Amino acid sequence: MTPLDPARPKPLPTPETRHFWDGTKAGKLLLQRCGDTGQAYFPPRPFSPFTGTRNVEVFEASGRATLLSYVIHHRPAPGFTPPYAIAVVKLAEGPQMMTNIIDCPQTPEALVLDMPLEVAFVPLDDAITLPLFRPAEAR
Amino acid sequence: MYKPGSVAVVGAAETTRLGVIPELSEIGLHADAALNALADAGLKPTDIDGLACVGQMRPQMVAHYLGITPRWVDGTGVGGCSFMLHVRHAAAAIAAGYCNTVLITHGESGKSRVAPIARAPEPGSLAGQFEVPFGPVGPPTLFPIPVLRYMKTYGVTHEQMAMVAVVQREWAAKNPRAAFRDPITVDDVLNSRMIAYPFRLLQCCLVTDGGGALILTSADRAKDFPTRPAYILGSGESVETTMVSQMADFTSSRAFRVAGPEAFRMAGIKHADVDHLMIYDAFAHLPMYGLEDLGFVGRGEAKDFIWERNTAPGGKLPMNTNGGGLSYTHTGMYGMFALQESVRQVRGTAPAQAGDVKIAVSHGVGGMFSASGTIVFGRDRP
Repeated sequence: MTPLDPARPKPLPTPETRHFWDGTKAGKLLLQRCGDTGQAYFPPRPFSPFTGTRNVEVFEASGRATLLSYVIHHRPAPGFTPPYAIAVVKLAEGPQMMTNIIDCPQTPEALVLDMPLEVAFVPLDDAITLPLFRPAEAR
Repeated sequence: MYKPGSVAVVGAAETTRLGVIPELSEIGLHADAALNALADAGLKPTDIDGLACVGQMRPQMVAHYLGITPRWVDGTGVGGCSFMLHVRHAAAAIAAGYCNTVLITHGESGKSRVAPIARAPEPGSLAGQFEVPFGPVGPPTLFPIPVLRYMKTYGVTHEQMAMVAVVQREWAAKNPRAAFRDPITVDDVLNSRMIAYPFRLLQCCLVTDGGGALILTSADRAKDFPTRPAYILGSGESVETTMVSQMADFTSSRAFRVAGPEAFRMAGIKHADVDHLMIYDAFAHLPMYGLEDLGFVGRGEAKDFIWERNTAPGGKLPMNTNGGGLSYTHTGMYGMFALQESVRQVRGTAPAQAGDVKIAVSHGVGGMFSASGTIVFGRDRP
């Protein structure tokens, strides 16, 4: 796996999202679930976006997803080598996440909507590990 | 709710120039547009008692700069459609008696970047954590993200998506102030420089300097002004999310589906009543989403509706007749320019006048499908 360019913009975890970034560093994709409806949600927050209940739990997602949509950016951007795809995946548990697709040519021919994907945890620095995705059959 | 037609636009103008204006800062563009609109209405700054403009601390900055003492202010800043929301809020405020005469201003040094509003998301914001680290750098990398899903769902071809830009360039050719006026073909669009697949340069909006301003007052006073009033018949607004990745449906905007129908309900109009339409086109897919989400056509039908030239010169639903964000101008917050064109069409003074316009709809987007505002203008008071 190619290491990430250290110039890539870094997320700054907040108290409400810290568990997510601790999770990716430990190799886990942590989502949250509404205590009223059982529905999973993302991005992290300490209450349910479906009902407003504070009765929510953190759980480890399967890491399986499908490719919902993407663009392939062709212009320079700090921390990236164009062309590169900016993708949104649909997790098996329901929520959508922006990510990058690795171990896959960054072309329309290789990036096929609805293709199965699996999460890959790629360190950005000592503190932050990003959840990226790769084609599920690539392993 | 204010009564349809009880408030009207009585002054409307853009900045003296559009395009590249390095000699004016953003506040200067606000002022240039405001002074032009005041002149259009025959008013002085001291006649204004309500003020709306986008952004943190902007109302007080503009008020002080222009010498206005407002007793009603609105700093709503939800992106490029904020001005549609300002019109809606101003109409309600005038009807409620909070103020008599509202000035709405926009100025943006989008190209020259002379003293602009800072825009980058904070790294600790949700977008800063869950979108920015994956490489988006501004609207061309974010706004088109749902497009491939929309194209797959409805079988939209690249040629059909390119046609949006072709038709709008035809309108732009009729507008002396449009930035790009030379005719283009579908092939030209599909051979232009790739920006963010599936979109190429000619499917992305311009980046310009400019501004615009509107003046609203009660319909009872509207006839005292030098120009034909554009009555506010209906309005709607909504927001969804700041993160395009979290948009619930990649083929449709929830904010559009709330704002549009609300404006139509309030105005008591049907789609067949609409003589002229503006749909904020930051990128080529937006007119398609707008036509469908506002109910002008069914799901997946916008591609054929545009391809068959229904929105082109001579078509039954003239749309984006200034040339739009793709060809006319786009400062960063284009909604003001969509409203300006609607007002010109209702007044009968547009360079590409679309016949006898009695009902005009102006529909805006803010952020990346993040917010929406819709205004229904009428030539006649109901």
